[in-house]
Amino acid sequence: MDRTELVVNGERRTAEVDPDTPLLWVLRDTFGLTGTKYGCGIAQCGACTVELEGDAIRSCVTPLARAAGKRVTTVEGLSKRNNHALQQAWLAEQVPQCGYCQSGQLMSAAVLLAKIPKPTDADIDDAMSGNICRCGTYQRIRRAIHRAAEIAGKKK
Amino acid sequence: MSRPRRIATAAALAGFPLAYLFLAPSLKADPSAGETAKAGNEKGVSAFGEIASVLTSPRCLNCHVVGESPLQGDDSHAHTMNVKRGTDGRGTPAMRCTNCHQSTNPAFAHTPPGAPDWRLPAARTPMAWLGLSPGELCRTIKDPSTNGGRSLSSLLEHVRSDRIVNWGWDPGVGRTTPPLSHQQFVDKFNQWIDSGAPCPP
Repeated sequence: MDRTELVVNGERRTAEVDPDTPLLWVLRDTFGLTGTKYGCGIAQCGACTVELEGDAIRSCVTPLARAAGKRVTTVEGLSKRNNHALQQAWLAEQVPQCGYCQSGQLMSAAVLLAKIPKPTDADIDDAMSGNICRCGTYQRIRRAIHRAAEIAGKKK
Repeated sequence: MSRPRRIATAAALAGFPLAYLFLAPSLKADPSAGETAKAGNEKGVSAFGEIASVLTSPRCLNCHVVGESPLQGDDSHAHTMNVKRGTDGRGTPAMRCTNCHQSTNPAFAHTPPGAPDWRLPAARTPMAWLGLSPGELCRTIKDPSTNGGRSLSSLLEHVRSDRIVNWGWDPGVGRTTPPLSHQQFVDKFNQWIDSGAPCPP
């Protein structure tokens, strides 16, 4: 069986599965990181978003082989004590309703803030339009990202 | 005085029209050369017509778009998710093309197609083709200021070997291919260039 090494949330991991396996199933089934969700399975909803080397990729259509030797961050890796600026802002703005899309939303937002620390509404709309929320919390998501930018700015 | 020199002197004395006849025969119109050039031009323009049929097919046109957003599908509808070109043609910060598009096509339908370095033309040279006449399209792809700085030979290399161009003939489940085969397309491109890359009016 093929062995694929990658770094997940700062830890070196090895997966002995077919390199064509979607990264999502390796994260969830092989490594037990179930924070990342299966939504549509065809890169249409964003629930499975994780960070791969600075990009907010859709893990449901990304083969494990693409992540070989690279760094992956899932929602579990955002912070050790659930106190990432985005997590604080998410709670403060009461973003999660059913909660299913939230790990993907958070990872897209994290990538956005890493690249644009003070995003405009337009930046947020551009960055987040690939993450669908059936509860319709888009206005809260936008507010929470602005709030997280403020929190992160104060920490510096 | 040698014979050519006598002719030249006589021509000079007789004035310009005679001098033109004797001294500049290469500038005279050669009827057969003109017909050859005209035939070459017509062949090149005809080849471009076939090239244009590929360039304006959804597989090419969906990314060679006017504005900031790509199109998708055989009906060239707006790309879902408010996807945008970005400055480098590879998307915006958290919405890069390769967030969803992989380097190969997935095996199943309704998934994002894939080829290496999936992208649109960069914002600086958007290569927008929608709505152009064949002549305008021809001049746009020939002009290095609008074609990404490409010479005719590098254009040929782009259409022959760039894997995202080749993807057009292997577009995955649910997408049609352009009206010519890839080899026919490259052959027509060669014909067009060999004919001097003429453009329709």
